[in-house]
Amino acid sequence: MHEPSSRSAGTAWRWAVIGIVVVGTAAAFGYVGGWLAPHRLTPKRIVDQLQQNGGMHPGYRRNHAKGICVAGYFDSNGAAQTYSKAQVFAAGRTPVVGRLAIPGGNPYAPDSSAPIRSMALRFTQSNGQQWRTGMNSMPVFLVGTPQAFYEQAQSSAPDPATGKPDPTKVKAFFAAHPESGPFLAWVKTAKPSASFATESYWSLDAFVFVDASGTRHAVRWRMVPEGAGEPVDGSKSDADYLSADLTTRLAKGPQRWKLMVTLANPGDPTNDATKAWPSDRKEIDAGTLVLDQATAQDSGPCRDINYDPLVLPDGIEASDDPLLPARSAAYADSYLRRTSEEAHLPGTAAPQPKPESN
Amino acid sequence: MSAPSAMFALPARVLHWLMAILIVSMLFIGVGMVASVSETHELLIRIHKPLGIAILVLAVIRITVRLRYPPPPLPADLPALQKLAAHASHWLLYILMLLMPLIGWAMLSAGGYPVMLSESLRLPPIFPVSPDAFAVLRHAHSFFALLLFLTFLAHMGAALYHGLIRRDGVLSSMAGRRLP
Repeated sequence: MHEPSSRSAGTAWRWAVIGIVVVGTAAAFGYVGGWLAPHRLTPKRIVDQLQQNGGMHPGYRRNHAKGICVAGYFDSNGAAQTYSKAQVFAAGRTPVVGRLAIPGGNPYAPDSSAPIRSMALRFTQSNGQQWRTGMNSMPVFLVGTPQAFYEQAQSSAPDPATGKPDPTKVKAFFAAHPESGPFLAWVKTAKPSASFATESYWSLDAFVFVDASGTRHAVRWRMVPEGAGEPVDGSKSDADYLSADLTTRLAKGPQRWKLMVTLANPGDPTNDATKAWPSDRKEIDAGTLVLDQATAQDSGPCRDINYDPLVLPDGIEASDDPLLPARSAAYADSYLRRTSEEAHLPGTAAPQPKPESN
Repeated sequence: MSAPSAMFALPARVLHWLMAILIVSMLFIGVGMVASVSETHELLIRIHKPLGIAILVLAVIRITVRLRYPPPPLPADLPALQKLAAHASHWLLYILMLLMPLIGWAMLSAGGYPVMLSESLRLPPIFPVSPDAFAVLRHAHSFFALLLFLTFLAHMGAALYHGLIRRDGVLSSMAGRRLP
């Protein structure tokens, strides 16, 4: 029945079939997993680039590395319930753990290093579902696709000779990316604010609200400060004036923002964060975010939270914006790197204390 | 030629082929989603979690079936080392198909993520929130996934060896009929 018959041609093709099936399956696995597709844009390549730009700072986020933990709650007025069945929009209070930060991968960068501030929030509904969102203090993002984001990060990598981005590469990137125009127009007039509390924070990406009847509504949202316009003398000689300002403000009382939800008209782009929607779109005041506590990020409750914008409750869904899955994937990669470093896993760099002089 | 009784029981065969499709799909979905930044990433993650729980449930049923219906014996003339490899790899497969979904579930729990199987269906956490445990479990999930894939490759290669080279009825005892 199974006499050795390796001389026969029949056995040779049988062995060949086995080899082709096994090797072919392994090769397909290698391709899908990216090992055999070196040119595919992967979360790892994006985070590697951010890490190269910001320097290696074990235990910290690979972008928006410098920040402060905040906590408080969201008081919903029930107005957004018409458009989303998410529990967070029913009238009532939802606890929030958040993080206010500045962009870049260096956790010791001076607060004046960028005109952008960011606000990340995690709302925990009483049914256990969560809404996580990461917002920036500008109305439009600088690129619309993960590929463009990666190329922008590459173009702004510090030149080994000067330690600063090469202006010709930066210029070449923006020349090739006219979609960055609205962002560049904004950044021209933007100044680093002296306070986190006086900034508005935009979702940038579009999302989809789903109401109780299952109808879908394309939306963007933003947090609008109640203390807008209050001038604060931030001592620019202090690299960490934002956290000092926040602590001072919180000692006097909680800081508040209105959650404004913008509803798209049919045809408004939901897949391009570089394009603002016209200003006459319907807006809903959904309630008030109240932040009453701040803690250093090294020990605060936000440290171990990945503000993945695709952690969404029933009633809020992702839009077709291509940045959303890329943010989710890259944040997950960054989160694994920093938790591995915090856990002192073999092969990871040990978190360092803050350098004395900076 | 093997006697008709030298077959896996029908429930065992149905579970084997169903789970073969699900587990192999799952392995490809898993490595694909962590290497992707496109819309595929989100779609694959949405499939990955409920499919993992489905595999966990099926694995429990399958092991029960395995204990209820003992498998046909391996050919008497199979070398002892190959018999050992066959038994060890089968139990390794059973262990991994139980372990992988549990690690995935525990890993999301430790990372503080809500374990959502759909827009609204949430599983309770099975591990306390701990970033250190998250990191360990997340690496374990990748490591055991690779081990499961390699074990599957060996299993598939061995099955084809039985079916095409030895032609000893081992493959047909699971396939349900003889290959040419």
